[in-house]
Amino acid sequence: MQNSSTTTHPTEYYNDKVVKQFTIATILWGIVGMLVGVIIAAQLWLPGLNFDVPWFSYGRLRPLHTNAVIFAFGGSALFATAYYVVQRTSHVRLFSDKLAAFTFWGWQLIIVSAAITLPLGMTQGKEYAELEWPIDILIAIVWVCFAVVFFGTLAKRRIKHIYVANWFYGAMIITIAILHIVNNLSMPVTFGKSYSVYTGAVDALVQWWYGHNAVGFFLTAGFLGMMYYFVPKQAGRPVYSYRLSIVHFWALISIYMWAGPHHLHYTALPNWLQSLGMVFSLILLAPSWGGMINGMMTLSGAWHKLRTDPILKFMIVALSFYGMATFEGPLLSIKTVNALSHYTDWGIGHVHAGALGWVAMMTMGCLYCMIPRLVGKKEMYSVKWIDWHFWGSTIGVVIYIASMWIAGVMQGLMWRAVNNDGTLTYTFLESIIATKPYYAMRLLGGLMFFAGMCLMAFNVYKTLHHAPKVQAIIPQPKLTAAHA
Amino acid sequence: MLTDYLELNNYWHWFVIIFVFLNIFACWWLLRWSSKTTVESHDNTTGHIWDEDLQELNNPLPRWWLILFHMTIVFGLAYLFFYPGLGNYKGSLDWTQENQLEELMQAKAVKAESLQAFWNDMDIETLASNASALETGTRMYAQYCAMCHGSDAKGAKGYPNLTDKVWLWGSDLKAIEHTIRKGRQAVMQPWKDQYTQTEITALATYVQYLNGRAPEDELVSQGKELFSKTCVACHGMDGKGLQALGAPDLTNDVWLYGNDLATIEHTIREGRNGVMPAQETLMSEYELKVLTAYIYHLQQEAEK
Repeated sequence: MQNSSTTTHPTEYYNDKVVKQFTIATILWGIVGMLVGVIIAAQLWLPGLNFDVPWFSYGRLRPLHTNAVIFAFGGSALFATAYYVVQRTSHVRLFSDKLAAFTFWGWQLIIVSAAITLPLGMTQGKEYAELEWPIDILIAIVWVCFAVVFFGTLAKRRIKHIYVANWFYGAMIITIAILHIVNNLSMPVTFGKSYSVYTGAVDALVQWWYGHNAVGFFLTAGFLGMMYYFVPKQAGRPVYSYRLSIVHFWALISIYMWAGPHHLHYTALPNWLQSLGMVFSLILLAPSWGGMINGMMTLSGAWHKLRTDPILKFMIVALSFYGMATFEGPLLSIKTVNALSHYTDWGIGHVHAGALGWVAMMTMGCLYCMIPRLVGKKEMYSVKWIDWHFWGSTIGVVIYIASMWIAGVMQGLMWRAVNNDGTLTYTFLESIIATKPYYAMRLLGGLMFFAGMCLMAFNVYKTLHHAPKVQAIIPQPKLTAAHA
Repeated sequence: MLTDYLELNNYWHWFVIIFVFLNIFACWWLLRWSSKTTVESHDNTTGHIWDEDLQELNNPLPRWWLILFHMTIVFGLAYLFFYPGLGNYKGSLDWTQENQLEELMQAKAVKAESLQAFWNDMDIETLASNASALETGTRMYAQYCAMCHGSDAKGAKGYPNLTDKVWLWGSDLKAIEHTIRKGRQAVMQPWKDQYTQTEITALATYVQYLNGRAPEDELVSQGKELFSKTCVACHGMDGKGLQALGAPDLTNDVWLYGNDLATIEHTIREGRNGVMPAQETLMSEYELKVLTAYIYHLQQEAEK
């Protein structure tokens, strides 16, 4: 693909330097973020493991874990693949090398600032938006530069039709900019402290409009973009249905916008808002599944490859977890179900079905596909290790979510049990004691997933170590069968 | 009603309704449009090639998926007819979360009604020996009291033990009932502005002497002099405390905050502020009665 004979004159090359940098960052932050996850999972099982050190306690490390895996690991993966994909599908080099380099170093600075300030206890207290205002401003600047590089590249594309993956990346970039800026509007008091401009129920509504769409656009649309390029690439098959991609794209991005209030069922939020959140969450099921169908059916005619190709296995299992999590989401948004599941570990299980099963496993599959191509190799150093990684992660995720399902349903049932005399059957403490074995199981699942990530890092190191420096030549767009 | 002032004005009311329907209608229109578009080329691809080999087929939308999509739309519209969702429209069932809570609380109350009627006829002393009342009392204790006084009622630092013979505010039924209903506030004022560190050490040593934990020496007599000027007001001349103020007896073995020298010095220097919250407004009459009976039962057991 890179060494096509029909090149443009003078020879042009893709900018793969920034892609490589973001790829290595993805692996590095993946290890850090998952390690912190393993530590807090261990602390929930054995609380003494915080050693009475404030910055090592659960409350400080939990936001560090979520920020590290979502924005450092997931974010770097999105940057790396978006830059890779937009160049390949536009047949041009990135709009600006300097700006792209700025987004890399800027994003790393943001991550390091987060890793320092969160353990120090500096926080806005908003889930997934904990970082204080100076870091928020830096995020906004870097993100706008990302948009300029991405859309600038798209604008000078050599092929008229915009490839479907770019719609999803583009929607992700625009929406995340809006969500981030609106939710973080605040009045600074000192360098490390600010107050949100919103109050009360309005603050909660804006926060979950942001929170749920961060899931919808950062972790869903962005990774669907990744899927739409790498699954057909790895399978060697065309995307299943163009019109399905149109329908599920527009339905997904419009309906996601309403779903946030399902995080606030049975709270001070007005009844009508809760209902709308639930209704649109249910309607979201089919658009979400559209992406899964398009990914899975792309394999029709190539199913036999699953036997031998662990990278495709990663992708297909990721799509399966995506389908499962996007079924579970609407289910949990139903008020009756939510009355049981809310505030329990079921929520944690649901999130990790998405985060580990979908986001992380899709990232791993795509990186295994992309990394050898970045250094002009046919495949990773060890395909066998990819297979081990695949099985370790898959079993790890299953252990993780199954233990959290059991724990969550159990907690929900214990908290609502009432005796004939009107008293509650269980105290909160009893529900914690009952959950303890499942916390141990969850730790085991998390450790397996973490071990897989370490194996991947070693495999990547072996692949990149002593690899020759290659520059990928930009090929002339191929004329299509229909127009030829 | 609480919900009345949550009414939207006319502009937002219609804004919500119009955009809800617009979005749902747009999805429906998209589904119709996509099932009408036809395949563009002979090989069922859209006719574009990206990055050497990326192509798109244009297969029709799966039928089961279309049905699923339509079903969720129909369900959504029906839900918005029955339940509140469309701005100020209340829904045909007149459901609100406030009503649902009310119903649940009613159901809970009805469940416990017969027991309550039975208990209402008994006085607390009788309840304290009634097995079913004590069983309920045990559960109430676990739910409301255990986080401070412990699952075994033996208390914790700053929270009194309910299984010993020492009751700071009195151990008779009336005192216990008052403690539970109205709560208590046990304030020991800080003395750091009045006394120097050496004086505080002298006082603390005297308190230890009262407790039989320090030999009589010069420090103790210095402490005794200071004690007789101020501390006696609450703890009494002999240091045996004053129940009316909840001032603890300093001569016995029960120490709420600890009896090592450093802790006693801290208590004198910084003061203490023990709070038992009033339960009166948090539970119903019969619950107060049953809980009081259970605590009284604990006290009776301790006396044995």
